[in-house]
Amino acid sequence: MVWQVLEGLSRDSAKRLRFVPGIVYVDEGAACGRSPEDRAKTLSEARLVLEAVGFPHHEVALEEVFSLPPSVLRRPAQGPAETQAQGDYKAAVDTFLQQQLVLGAQDSLPPAPGEGQLHHPQGLPGPQSWTAAQTQALCRLFESVKTLTAREELLQTLRTHLILHVARAHGYSKVMTGESCTRLAIRLLTNLALGRGAFLAWDTGFCDERHGDVVVVRPMREHTLKEVAFYNRLFAVPSVFTPAIDTKAPEKASIHRLVEAFLLRLQAQFPSTVSTVYRTSEKLTKAPREGCASGPRCLLCMCTLDIDAADSATAFGAQSCSHLSPMQLPPLPAEAGTPPTPCCPPGPGRAQGADERQDAQAHFLEQLCYGCRVNMKELASLDPLPPYIQAEAQLRSQRAWVRREIQEFLIEDGGDGEDGQS
Amino acid sequence: MAAPLSVEVEFGGGAELLFDGVKKHQVTLPGQEEPWDIRNLLVWIKKNLLKERPELFIQGDSVRPGILVLVNDADWELLGELDYQLQDQDNILFISTLHGG
Repeated sequence: MVWQVLEGLSRDSAKRLRFVPGIVYVDEGAACGRSPEDRAKTLSEARLVLEAVGFPHHEVALEEVFSLPPSVLRRPAQGPAETQAQGDYKAAVDTFLQQQLVLGAQDSLPPAPGEGQLHHPQGLPGPQSWTAAQTQALCRLFESVKTLTAREELLQTLRTHLILHVARAHGYSKVMTGESCTRLAIRLLTNLALGRGAFLAWDTGFCDERHGDVVVVRPMREHTLKEVAFYNRLFAVPSVFTPAIDTKAPEKASIHRLVEAFLLRLQAQFPSTVSTVYRTSEKLTKAPREGCASGPRCLLCMCTLDIDAADSATAFGAQSCSHLSPMQLPPLPAEAGTPPTPCCPPGPGRAQGADERQDAQAHFLEQLCYGCRVNMKELASLDPLPPYIQAEAQLRSQRAWVRREIQEFLIEDGGDGEDGQS
Repeated sequence: MAAPLSVEVEFGGGAELLFDGVKKHQVTLPGQEEPWDIRNLLVWIKKNLLKERPELFIQGDSVRPGILVLVNDADWELLGELDYQLQDQDNILFISTLHGG
């Protein structure tokens, strides 16, 4: 994709693309268990390629999630940031497949002709921007998750947050990721298997605006992996290969691998498989659910929650009911009207001495969508999670509790008016 | 009786991990009764070049689905896949498009 953008931006192309992008390279070596020497070697190889391309580039390591602010998880209310005088050039890159560099960002307004040539050659960060303690914390986090499936999903989430942060920090408005048609078809089926069916349109569509100010686009989604591989070969596109978290894993090690093997095998015999799945994904629309246009959002993936806790007639409602009932709830004064869990009124003898950690974890899980919940259930405790996630989770649960406290006194729009001003 | 052939076998996209990280191999295939085709080449690679995890590269008679094979920069599907007969100084490239390995 970098190459295509390069071609598009060159002077002699017929329709010149009008943006100046930057590249972000995320080093995930710690999560994959690579030694520091290997990582340094790959990083230097990547740097060579990046410098040959000539765009401003940022290298970040996955450990830096431990220094992210909680505001990463908050969706800003306003629209894209106002452009500064020089015009905003934004980019973020995701590493994918053979860790080829993926390029992204586009300015929403066409820059003035003079500014189109603006380059910000970023200085390379000399010393490491992360500490050994963070590396260890990251390793601990990934080790506390048992299955490869959950690990891959966690990696994906953390990577997204990190890129989002870089994009916001440097003033980028769009992120381009390089998922190909094949990769997206695999992702579609994997997400269905993981319980993220409600968010297929966002996860696999061309344009993903769930983060508010930063829009994720996928310009390569129409090209199959085969085309990309051939293109790279015929045009001698330089690439850097780094092992990913599931390199050399056996076929059934995770849902992702299984679906990938399944789809590719089917494709070998029925060559229209991938394109059929892809076309189906194009038909998915992002209609909001009736009745909750702007409901609460999942803490990790920032999609509107698909949990309908009030609907205890569904299988999911029954499941969450049985899961939450033995949990300790914060002590409420006797006159508070609504019980904290809508589907299970807690018993009369609510003891204070239940496990606090379980409680915190229950509250954390409540703030996640179904897919994220299934993944995060693997965690024995919340401690290994990066601080920004814990802080945001606590903030949200406290806010929700306060809201429940004063629920009686709030005036709903078009509602029944005030209630109980005693 | 086929004469010994000299071909260049390359690996890309991560497949080289299974071959000790070496991307290009210049190999000389010994003379044998039947002419050399891709099927025989795969057997030969499995026996001589593949260092570990054969199931990640070869599946049954052919390569694993997801591994592209290019012969002289042309897709092997255009040349008859496994039945293509190797010529001297051919370049066979295996690119893995799989996520892991």
